[in-house]
Amino acid sequence: MTTTREPTEQHPHARHQLDRVVIRFAGDSGDGMQLTGDRFTASSALFGNDLSTFPDFPAEIRAPAGTLAGVSAFQVQIADYDILTPGDTPHVLVAMNPAALKANLGVLEKGATLVVNVDAFDERSLAKAGYASNPLSDGSLSGFTVYEVPMTSLTQQVCKEAGVKPRDAERSKNFFALGLLSWLYTRPVEPTIEWIATRFADKPLIAEANRRAYLAGLHFGETAELFEATYEVRPAHFPPGEYTQVTGNQALAWGLIAASRLSGLPLFLGSYPITPASDILHELSRRKEFGVRTFQAEDEIAGIGSAIGAAFGGALGVTTTSGPGVDLKSEALGLAVNLELPLVLVDIQRGGPSTGLPTKAEQADLLHAMYGRHGEAPLPIVAAKTPSHCFEAAIEAVRIAVKYRTPVILLSDGYLANGAEPWRLPDVDALQPIDPGFASAPNHVDEDGTPVFWPYARDPETLARPWAPPGVPGLEHRIGGLEKADGSGNVSYDPHNHERMVRLRAAKVAGIARDVAPVEVDDETGDAELLVLGWGSTYGSIVAGVRRARARGQRVASAHLVHMHPFPPNLKEVLDRYRVVLVPEMNLGQLSRLVRAEFLVDARSLTKVQGVPFRAGEIESAILSALGGDA
Amino acid sequence: MTTTAVPATTRKDWSSDQEVRWCPGCGDYSILAAVQMLLPDLGVRRENTVFLSGIGCAARFPYYMSTYGLHSIHGRAPAIATGLATTRPDLDVWVVTGDGDALSIGGNHLIHALRRNVRMTILMFNNQIYGLTKGQYSPTSEIAKVTKSTPFGSLDTPFNPISLALGAEASFVARTHDMDRQHMQETFRRAHEHDGAAFVEVYQNCNVFNDGAFEKITGRDVRAEMLVPLVHGEPIRFGAEREKGVVQRSDGRLEIVDVAEAGEDAILVHDEHREDPGLAFALSRLAHGPYEPTAIGVFRAVERPEYGAEMARQIAATQERRGLGDLKGLLRSGATWTVA
Ligand SMILES: Cc1ncc(C[n+]2csc(CCOP(=O)(O)OP(=O)(O)O)c2C)c(N)n1
Ligand code: SF4
Ligand SMILES: [Mg+2]
Repeated sequence: MTTTREPTEQHPHARHQLDRVVIRFAGDSGDGMQLTGDRFTASSALFGNDLSTFPDFPAEIRAPAGTLAGVSAFQVQIADYDILTPGDTPHVLVAMNPAALKANLGVLEKGATLVVNVDAFDERSLAKAGYASNPLSDGSLSGFTVYEVPMTSLTQQVCKEAGVKPRDAERSKNFFALGLLSWLYTRPVEPTIEWIATRFADKPLIAEANRRAYLAGLHFGETAELFEATYEVRPAHFPPGEYTQVTGNQALAWGLIAASRLSGLPLFLGSYPITPASDILHELSRRKEFGVRTFQAEDEIAGIGSAIGAAFGGALGVTTTSGPGVDLKSEALGLAVNLELPLVLVDIQRGGPSTGLPTKAEQADLLHAMYGRHGEAPLPIVAAKTPSHCFEAAIEAVRIAVKYRTPVILLSDGYLANGAEPWRLPDVDALQPIDPGFASAPNHVDEDGTPVFWPYARDPETLARPWAPPGVPGLEHRIGGLEKADGSGNVSYDPHNHERMVRLRAAKVAGIARDVAPVEVDDETGDAELLVLGWGSTYGSIVAGVRRARARGQRVASAHLVHMHPFPPNLKEVLDRYRVVLVPEMNLGQLSRLVRAEFLVDARSLTKVQGVPFRAGEIESAILSALGGDA
Repeated sequence: MTTTAVPATTRKDWSSDQEVRWCPGCGDYSILAAVQMLLPDLGVRRENTVFLSGIGCAARFPYYMSTYGLHSIHGRAPAIATGLATTRPDLDVWVVTGDGDALSIGGNHLIHALRRNVRMTILMFNNQIYGLTKGQYSPTSEIAKVTKSTPFGSLDTPFNPISLALGAEASFVARTHDMDRQHMQETFRRAHEHDGAAFVEVYQNCNVFNDGAFEKITGRDVRAEMLVPLVHGEPIRFGAEREKGVVQRSDGRLEIVDVAEAGEDAILVHDEHREDPGLAFALSRLAHGPYEPTAIGVFRAVERPEYGAEMARQIAATQERRGLGDLKGLLRSGATWTVA
């Protein structure tokens, strides 16, 4: 930490420079912590920091106020260099009530800073949080730097002058917290002021209350003589370009729209609301100017059913859901495998089984995506690795679906879906077009010499069948879930034909491996002994963990899979290069099982199923202990 | 799609080369014939016609048509049709389904397609049995039906498909039966003309597992006395001499009376276009089962915005207001900043 400004008469606070800081905003579900964190993030993004966020909220909209179950938190790491995770242990906790303090104390950095809303530490609230005595006065927080700030009453005071009733004013206290933290970390002020004005444009009184509360927070920091210093985190060095901040669900929705453009296929989304996938439905529903049709179906089966119908008609059929919805879609997915129609099923994974942990992340649907259908029903699987990568992953899923006439499962998870990061905008003109290659003429000649259309005559290279949406005379054909004769597509119960078709469908999907990018290996020195193999949202933690292990002198490589099925063509060769292969996953070892089965490699599994991502430190220790070093 | 005149066709042009595999004597044959013979009259094109189905004997229908077709999974055809019809308003979408397919496993999709009023013509072959799975009772089987799965008699109250469709806000609801080609064709023609979801219940004989289920009302010799034809704008009368009629009592109840006794003016005049489906509902329950005088024909035909057209309208209006979507602009719809 360097000091960039000594205190002066005019500026009584010193200013210190930090390379990074992890802040966790925590309060009751009704306290607006997600919004506060989001705004802090947005102004940091505009300021030019690298950042990564982790919204961590309960499944209930409003769990009983003041209880541990009702605590909602938003963690953000901002840095002046390239970071990959929202940080292992927060340096600062903003606690709006005793429950928020209690629920989060355990995850903090040693000696962390606590900014608490002291107004909320009354006897009743303490009791609700299960505190026998007040932690602010009983000495239990002696290891921390504690700032007690009367956020509620100060907010009420400034709002009163604007004619806002105390009960309404109380709701603006999150803006006080935002103002205070913005001062403490020298965040730009204007963007937030502007944002408040636009966001609450139709509710002038609320806008005024929020503005006042925000400014009061800023001024409190400046004048209260409570804080010795402010901090700044300088902008990070990003590659030149235009940036925005996106969440995974937003990027995924945009990727689908982009794919629709690239293929010229109208986008149809059939979906039933479910956390954490609903935001894709919401985002696409707003974008009618792109000709997107969104259909909120009566259930998940109708969601995928309608998408299949749209695909039969020549549209880009997509269905979005999370685990419980994937279960319901299984039968229809098998139909799509059999019909060999392009379709994308997006699974935003969450903690299972059953309803499980609706708002928490897990990677436990991989084997379900691989095998969760009756019969031999293989399909390609693509997995996104960061929030912004969801854009690319969506386009890749569509590319494969359209080219190979197959349903594709695109895996994301709750952590990617809601997490945000800066994204360097791609050059959309440089994106590769996707050719739907609709059938336009008969492709076979009958015994009597008449040209006919065979819906299951395959492209010899891709093994894809023709896609012939209705409307073209001469190409009328019937398809269905019954087994069909190779070529003609007529119903066939012939045993040898069935075997041929089962093998053809499998060969088609397996052959996609020839058409996907080889997995890239990050092996700095080229002589690493251990490879960390990951997939999905563990990307950030893995790369950060690998960096740490390297900083300790370990030679470690990492590789991250996007194509989960079929695997990239070079994966076996990559795995064979390393003495130790470590596979961290937020499940009980699903990818490790797949690579063991496919490549006979003695992969070691590192697993965590707590609904929260790996910490970089956990990956680091696992690497060190696998290499026999100190952990 | 094609702009030239619709070519003249015959039944043969609408039949596929696939061997029809229903049991000999099955009512499905006559329904297939009625449809294949009607299509040349409808002024439609084969390439713009799609038959969709779920699973069941009835659901094999698309294989026998020379149109585009999709034989899908049990109960889901209305959902699949929704995706097709909303993205391809230029197509004629027919859904062929059975009583089990439509009302049991697919009940949810049926009611929602009806309430949304998605443009599709639904033909539900009601044989009051599961045919394809060899004879279990279905959601339209009468109470106490003895089948393989109910050797001591079924316990559950059946659905009345017409009542159900009306309750689901259907804008077009009709009933016909497999013994009367002309009535079927007239009913199908009306259903096809309807702009929205049209639901047609077709009484169909499964001569293998539920033979004669409708014989008491559709048999040639009893028909006049047992079928009550609904004709828009006409008094609801039936009987060999049209001597019987339907009247509405002051408490709303419908009753069958002798026209001579009640007087011609007392007879209820059928109005398909009534906004309130209450009377249509009452007509659907004139009989307690296919052994009492049963209303057939169009119960309800009202105009209501069609779902796919409304969807297209929202898109067009948005494009009008915002211009066509611009991908570069989309990626910049949040705050952006530039790193030099
Ligand atoms: C998911 C699923 N469950 C069960 C079946 C078995 N099944 C096929 S058809 C059918 C009942 C069909 O009855 P109905 O719809 O009345 O048609 P019908 O054969 O009488 O024409 C059943 C239960 C199936 N194919 N799929
Ligand atoms: S089982 Fe019944 S419904 Fe099915 S084909 Fe045979 S007769 Fe027709
Ligand atoms: Mg049946």
